[in-house]
Amino acid sequence: MKLQEYRSKEILARHGVPLLAGQTATTPEEARAAAARTGGPVVVKAQVLVGGRGKAGGVKLAQTPDEAEEKAREIIGLDIKGTTVKTVLVAPAADIDHEYYLGLILDRASKAVTVIASAEGGVEIEETARTNPDAILRLPLHPLIGLQEHETRRIGFFLGIPAELRKDFATTMRGLYAAFVASDADLAEINPLVVTTDGRLLSLDAKIVLDDSALPRHPDLEAMRDLNEEEPSEIAAREAGISFIKLDGSIGCMVNGAGLAMTTMDLVKLAGGEPANFLDIGGGAKADKVTAAFRIILDDPNVKAILINIFGGITRGDEVARGIVEARSNLERDVPMVVRIVGTNAEEAKPILAEANLITADSLDDAAAKAVAAAGGGA
Amino acid sequence: MSILVNRDTRLLVQGITGREGEFHSTAMLEYGTDIVAGVTPGKGGQSALDGRVPVFDTVAEAVEQTGANASCIFVPAAFAPDAMLEASAARIPLVICITEGVPALDMLRVYHVLRANGTRLIGPNCPGLTTVDEAKVGIIPGNIHARGSVGLVSRSGTLTYEVVQAMTDAGMGQSTCVGIGGDPIIGTSFIDVLDMFNQDPETEAIVMIGEIGGEEEEKAAAFCAREVRKPMAAFIAGRTAPPGRRMGHAGAIISSGGEGTAESKRAALEEAGIRVADSPSHIPQLLRDAGVR
Repeated sequence: MKLQEYRSKEILARHGVPLLAGQTATTPEEARAAAARTGGPVVVKAQVLVGGRGKAGGVKLAQTPDEAEEKAREIIGLDIKGTTVKTVLVAPAADIDHEYYLGLILDRASKAVTVIASAEGGVEIEETARTNPDAILRLPLHPLIGLQEHETRRIGFFLGIPAELRKDFATTMRGLYAAFVASDADLAEINPLVVTTDGRLLSLDAKIVLDDSALPRHPDLEAMRDLNEEEPSEIAAREAGISFIKLDGSIGCMVNGAGLAMTTMDLVKLAGGEPANFLDIGGGAKADKVTAAFRIILDDPNVKAILINIFGGITRGDEVARGIVEARSNLERDVPMVVRIVGTNAEEAKPILAEANLITADSLDDAAAKAVAAAGGGA
Repeated sequence: MSILVNRDTRLLVQGITGREGEFHSTAMLEYGTDIVAGVTPGKGGQSALDGRVPVFDTVAEAVEQTGANASCIFVPAAFAPDAMLEASAARIPLVICITEGVPALDMLRVYHVLRANGTRLIGPNCPGLTTVDEAKVGIIPGNIHARGSVGLVSRSGTLTYEVVQAMTDAGMGQSTCVGIGGDPIIGTSFIDVLDMFNQDPETEAIVMIGEIGGEEEEKAAAFCAREVRKPMAAFIAGRTAPPGRRMGHAGAIISSGGEGTAESKRAALEEAGIRVADSPSHIPQLLRDAGVR
């Protein structure tokens, strides 16, 4: 789960990272009041999770509260890559002398929390990795003892932090690491970390991505989820315990197992169609979950057909078939459905499905072809 | 022979009295797996699976009493890291963790401790493994297999079953099928299993099933080019997955910088001379093309 900038800064500040937190506003008037409280020039920043908000006009400097209100009016309601801005952060402006990048990732290759640091801040780290890989320090930390002082010093020297700010850098580095561990993050980055013209070290922008598997033990962080940023169908799916991602095609997919769900999408594409979603219904394929999955898929008006692919294994195929037929009878909207069930009693499933006017298929390739045909050819 | 588990496997099940644990332990027992013990803290002295398996409070006690040499873990995600550490502390050499949803930072610590202890960990978030007609450890349905000489390694669950079924239907039997798990931090990598298959005299050909995310398939391809001379075929799931989204498995994500795509993995495998199937159903034919009877 990605956190908004102001949430990420809130967490970093809690762990002692020096920054100018600012205040959030959801109306131009609130932005004006926030700027007045701050005093001096402010930056008005759209709170969206997509990258490139600056280029999209989502970050603006304002010298006065009047100007802050005006800029907030321009930004709130702006569409940035499909997300409508609802909240802005009004933060004190800083005169920048130098920008750095400082991040921590959970690196699956080195199996360690790894520091990524670069003296070329303010640009995306992927960009630096392409243009000047030597400017990046990658430092895997010990998984059992974590960040050590000598590592903090080494990172500071690598970045060329001015001598008088090394203490502040150590506070920032320790705070970033503590925040990463305490919140079970996947990624925590400060970009840019800046030295201001008046000689302060400050974290001007921050991003934290949390490990979804750890969210159950962090109800306070779960509460920071921004529902404005999520598809309503994806919210409904999460509540139903279904793994779902909306896509742009016309063929809905309902599958048990993530790998098989991806494969089903791939085969729809191979058969000349476009998948409307990724959906992993999990084990068992019980009628209530199937009903919820049907509703979520059919909520998308682009869906012209549904491909149901259940590899039952030891689950009884005829029971899955009855569940699908029952779930379908509860639906308000109907589209052609192609069902492929593998498992014990898969043969007994066929007459149950055929009687309910569902198209059956023996193989996954066959099911994908039939679903594409039922949806009226290509996407 | 084959790899990791066989007739000599004396299996312990952690979480044997839970719903999942009991259901799948019954299926394992019916397959012929030698389940010698179960562990559920607080239920020591009782028995599970209709009196067929004794239950102990601790793994150490179970090992001492029964000589268990492998453990399969079915406990909920919040308790799984501790269960893996307990099995390793009791010096069980092989631990298979089925549980999905273990926090990654917990897994980092568990991974390194188990490694230091010399414990082989499979998973977490995996379907387990089966040596056909000898031992089934985990949740892979027993009825899809036929005994043969193709080894299979996969990051997935039901997709593995799909490929195994396609092979069995085509008259192509398997030696051992291993699901290594769909999480970003897992105990056993593709390379570990490929190396075992490469050295196993009962395995004559190898199938590898990968998916988007990370770079393990690319590393495995380089390893195969260097070390493996047995015929191979592969499949990579997620060609249609959008970047930046986690596709069900915690580890199945193409980074926003564009790393971990199906194309990159496919290209690396083909570069290593391994044919990559467009559909799981094509795997048997690719193996035949590669010289498998």
